[in-house]
Amino acid sequence: MSVFVHKTSRVIIQGFTGQHATFHAEESMQNGTTVVGGVTPGKGGQTHLGLPVFDTVSQAVEETGADVSGIFVPPPFAADAIMEALEAGIGVVVVIADGIPVQDMVRVKRYAADRNAIIIGPNTPGIITPDACKVGIMPSHIYTPGRIGVVSRSGTLNYEAVQQMSEMGMGQTTSVGIGGDPVNGTDFVTVLRAFEQDPETEAVIMIGEIGGPQEVDAAKWAKENMSKPVVGFVAGVSAPPGRRMGHAGAIISGESDTANAKMDMMEELGVHVVRNPADIGKTAQRVFS
Amino acid sequence: MNIHEYQTKELLRGYGVPVPDGRVAHNVDNAATIAEELGGERWVVKAQIHAGGRGKGGGVKVASSIDEVKQFTNDMIGMHLVTPQTDKQGRLVQRVLVEQACDIKKEFYLGLVIDRATQRITMIASASGGMNIEEVAKTDPDRVIHEAIDPAVGLPGFQCRKIAAKIGLQGKQIGEAAKMMQALYRCFRDKDALLAEINPLAELDGGKLMALDAKMSFDSNAMYRRPNITELRDFDEEDSKEVEATGHGLNYIALDGNVGCIVNGAGLAMATMDAISFHNGKPANFLDVGGGASPEKVGNAFRIVLQDPNVKTILVNIFAGINRCDWIAEGLVQAMRDQDIKIPIVVRLAGTNVEKGAPILEASGFPFIMADNLDDAATKVMQTLEASS
Repeated sequence: MSVFVHKTSRVIIQGFTGQHATFHAEESMQNGTTVVGGVTPGKGGQTHLGLPVFDTVSQAVEETGADVSGIFVPPPFAADAIMEALEAGIGVVVVIADGIPVQDMVRVKRYAADRNAIIIGPNTPGIITPDACKVGIMPSHIYTPGRIGVVSRSGTLNYEAVQQMSEMGMGQTTSVGIGGDPVNGTDFVTVLRAFEQDPETEAVIMIGEIGGPQEVDAAKWAKENMSKPVVGFVAGVSAPPGRRMGHAGAIISGESDTANAKMDMMEELGVHVVRNPADIGKTAQRVFS
Repeated sequence: MNIHEYQTKELLRGYGVPVPDGRVAHNVDNAATIAEELGGERWVVKAQIHAGGRGKGGGVKVASSIDEVKQFTNDMIGMHLVTPQTDKQGRLVQRVLVEQACDIKKEFYLGLVIDRATQRITMIASASGGMNIEEVAKTDPDRVIHEAIDPAVGLPGFQCRKIAAKIGLQGKQIGEAAKMMQALYRCFRDKDALLAEINPLAELDGGKLMALDAKMSFDSNAMYRRPNITELRDFDEEDSKEVEATGHGLNYIALDGNVGCIVNGAGLAMATMDAISFHNGKPANFLDVGGGASPEKVGNAFRIVLQDPNVKTILVNIFAGINRCDWIAEGLVQAMRDQDIKIPIVVRLAGTNVEKGAPILEASGFPFIMADNLDDAATKVMQTLEASS
């Protein structure tokens, strides 16, 4: 199996007719993803990439039976698009946009509170179950089917870890980018829980960053609830306090926020911590073999 | 995005938060006129820079005469104010805030943040005001009150009264504080703030509450819809290289090492810095070229990194997803042609179109040092440093 997105997932793209959305929808279809249509308000009734375009998400869901949505609309409109997908009953919403106002996400989280959906992102490369379903912008060719679950805040660091795994001959069940924003949809714990429940996943690589309590919370949860080994890394050992390092979430605001503090805590909680980011693949191989 | 204290106070005054009477002055005469118009016997002269701890560096003074107001203003304007939150050079003071002085009986702390744990706007309050709240939270966490706010409801009066009672306010002050908290929340929400701090929130002689110092910072991702806040931005308070980088769509932060870094993606950029540190090197900067990096963007990245005279070697680490290695390679070659680059350049390319990128660098004839992976890149960076020392 896999987590959140599968061979059977039926994907729509919001902001379908845009340039990036078009490029990545096509790429994911070539790599085995079942895209069933898209939404661009005002362009309902047209055909794009041989697929139907709808004005609203609820029309798209009704007509195509979609259960996953990739949101490619620009940041100012993204919060609205997420809520539209939730209201239409989409189960997995993947939000690529980088730069959504934080308070928009606070409202989205409230809107999502009593709806049983998974929001991945924002500010994420997306999610991929290799050769089965990709919703996002990552380069498909570096991922191969396998037994390891990958979850990260950063996009390119996710690629780095996957490449190191490939060099060691290890593939992925699913790779999830939860995104680099301070208020985001799905946290590490939710993804770890899904990997723990997935019979095909044998181990997990978790890649964090400075800022926020997420990684340590996840390590605490894993200690009590997980039977599968977790390899962890936290980027930003060399980052100065008080400076925002690209991702809005990556800022050291207190002593427990530093990369070393987090990695020390994670290690104490039983995570196999990697101190040198060049050793993620090697460590994974040692732990999992 | 940060703004000055005087701007924050004007903003909060508009929302009904009580702040001392005062105005900003750009020179000595200006300051004297303001003090005369404010009246009273004592005034506070406060240097306006985007950094806290100003009192420790001589940036906050109480004047007992108009002559003293003039003297303090004269001392402050033009000085490089060094505080625990600035670098060694300090910040140039270009204006001061002149306010009526108040008699303080007790100091509280009141703030709003976006709390990652609850994923909500959260009010923080403490009876230990005037101090570093993070310090209080560490040494005496029970003295810091947290109250998460439901975005669908806003901040209801009962929550404010609960906070007010917990920090020890009494009688009329409870209603007064509740009004202030709701005003602060409205301002925070309306203006897309990330942080709002009233520290100290003072109880004056007679019991009245007043925001003696205030600080706000705002979400740059939301400023497209907040033009009134955007125009408060003060570029003099920001690093010129960082401002230039932002203009080119690059994310640059200056650090104090000697290895220039050009990377795509914030996480990989941090990990690259970490790999260099792991090999006992010191990164000179954080630089994320972002997605869709054109050859021009790469050229600009080089220009900005090379403005730092400490840079002795450069590591380019690109893992292309949405980017393309061939474009990056073209940008590197173009930068070598356009700019007089004499220091070693270590390049690691991976991901989309990597098979097209490497031959472009080889064919260029420039002495790029190619690295196979992250570890190899960090190792080669250290070798170039040893060779040049």
